[in-house]
Amino acid sequence: MKNIFKHSALQKFIMILITYAAIQGLISAGIIDDYLQATLATICINIVLAVSLNLITGFTGQFSLGHAGFMSIGAYVCAIITINNPTAVGFIMGIIAGAIAAALIGAVVGLPTLRLRGDYLAIATLGMAEIIKIVFLNLEITNGAAGLQGIPQFVNWTWMFVFTVATVLIITNFLKSSHGRACISIREDEIAAESMGINTTKYKVISFTLGAFFAGIAGGLYASFFFFLKPDLFGFLKSVDVLVIVVLGGLGSISGSIIAAVLLAVISMFLQSFSEVRMIIYALLLIILMLFRPQGLMGSKEISLSVFKKLGLKSKTRKEES
Amino acid sequence: MENFLQQVINGISLGSIYALIALGYTMVYGIIKLINFAHCDVYMLGAYIGYFCMTSLKLGFFPSMVIAMLVCTVIGVLIEKIAYKPLRNATRIAVLITAIGVSLFIEYGTMFFVKANVRAYPEMTGFLAKSFAVGGLKITAQQILIVISTIILMAMLQFIVKKTKVGKAMRAVSLDKDAAELMGINVNSTISFTFAIGSALAGAAGVLVGIYYNSIDPLMGVIPGLKAFVAAVFGGIGIIPGAMIGGYFIGTVEVFVSGYGNSLYKDAVVFAILILILIVKPAGLLGKNTKEKV
Repeated sequence: MKNIFKHSALQKFIMILITYAAIQGLISAGIIDDYLQATLATICINIVLAVSLNLITGFTGQFSLGHAGFMSIGAYVCAIITINNPTAVGFIMGIIAGAIAAALIGAVVGLPTLRLRGDYLAIATLGMAEIIKIVFLNLEITNGAAGLQGIPQFVNWTWMFVFTVATVLIITNFLKSSHGRACISIREDEIAAESMGINTTKYKVISFTLGAFFAGIAGGLYASFFFFLKPDLFGFLKSVDVLVIVVLGGLGSISGSIIAAVLLAVISMFLQSFSEVRMIIYALLLIILMLFRPQGLMGSKEISLSVFKKLGLKSKTRKEES
Repeated sequence: MENFLQQVINGISLGSIYALIALGYTMVYGIIKLINFAHCDVYMLGAYIGYFCMTSLKLGFFPSMVIAMLVCTVIGVLIEKIAYKPLRNATRIAVLITAIGVSLFIEYGTMFFVKANVRAYPEMTGFLAKSFAVGGLKITAQQILIVISTIILMAMLQFIVKKTKVGKAMRAVSLDKDAAELMGINVNSTISFTFAIGSALAGAAGVLVGIYYNSIDPLMGVIPGLKAFVAAVFGGIGIIPGAMIGGYFIGTVEVFVSGYGNSLYKDAVVFAILILILIVKPAGLLGKNTKEKV
């Protein structure tokens, strides 16, 4: 707990507060209208999704194509609970229950499939997401293909911001812990990590479960903000959407994921009425990125406060670091 | 019993199509260890080319199928040259992401040009519109056509892979790329040739599906593509007879699930089979376990 009062932690806290207050101010002043608010919500949800997928794919090196499946579990569980208990407490319970359900499914699916490597895992997770989608299509309680309507809307900018910041902070702190370093070592070289005594299966499952948990949170936020769900929203394309953000930002860069989520949300806002063109641009983006800059915008680097420090006080920061 | 045999017949005709697509997946995976996501879109393009040959050019079934196969061959080779070849030494994830990108590009590019609506394939006339009753079973001429074309194409493929010089080069490259190169095999042209054959088979499958199901749309390849991949994994990926067995197996299972169970769950069952195989025997039915070397 000492760290909280350290200089940089305080600075971070202040910056987060300023960001929140600035946008809240713009919303109160009516400059950010409903349409822009929906874009903001999409950005927040995409940040949560991308950061959690980055934990699995970028940091632990396990290629998952089933993120939309976990998101849909969180969304449906949260929606069903809030419909039956339309209070703020019900919403909190719903979003947490949804995330836990997603995490449980993640662990159950992860335990056997994470023994697979690379592309096999990708196909297995893709198959899992399809199975989840088909189950939701056929269940009574989810109202099948017609979808759930009239989910009480509790999420506003404050909730969005709190959940997004919490996700980013928890995942960055996890990555700084010894568990996080174990996950990164699996990405670098699985056999070497194993021979150094790291229980690779355990850490892969931990990272997969944690990623699924936050995907569930993102689903809950989605359900409560857009108050309409149907299984088709969570198909293969949704997983690819998230993957594009992670790859564009850089596999292994949290700040890259955040930048890419904002960037792509702005691009798709302008391409709203041309959804086919949007997908063509996404596809070209993927191909061109892989051909010319496979590490993404940020590579595995992070933007942190020290970047701003370095700009002003170059020599001073160097001393602090050494 | 009659119902059972009828389902078997339907399963074999559907399985033939899966087997044709699965062959392309398995050959490409065997040679460059890549799940070619764009393969299912080559199949979709094959269906569209066949459609335009039959409607705009008023060609018959066989010329349309040959043209579709030829154009798909060119498309397959172009995809390989443009998107995959520069990434020969990149990480597996990078190539896989490129493959997803190529797949989406073809799907939405096609949607942009021909629009997203479902098109009906031209009605078959003459012999192809007939159906035969054999002891209470109904066999359509289209089913016979599908099964026979598949068998002919597979026999040709076996001949190319086993008896010709290019086939020998393909087998050598999939066994050990570096050693093959040292022996004077042109690895790049062998890989291109593999894409060419796989894409030609996918193009044929596209036309056959068009006449069998009578409707095509730009996203028609996604689910059959995934199922064909499941078929390839089931038989042991990289093994050509495995893909054929897997294709027939998956086709039959799917038909039986829709016939006796709930047709809404037919896709879920196929994916559940995939996850089961990967857990129990990831090398597939005919595959051998390989030890990992450091």
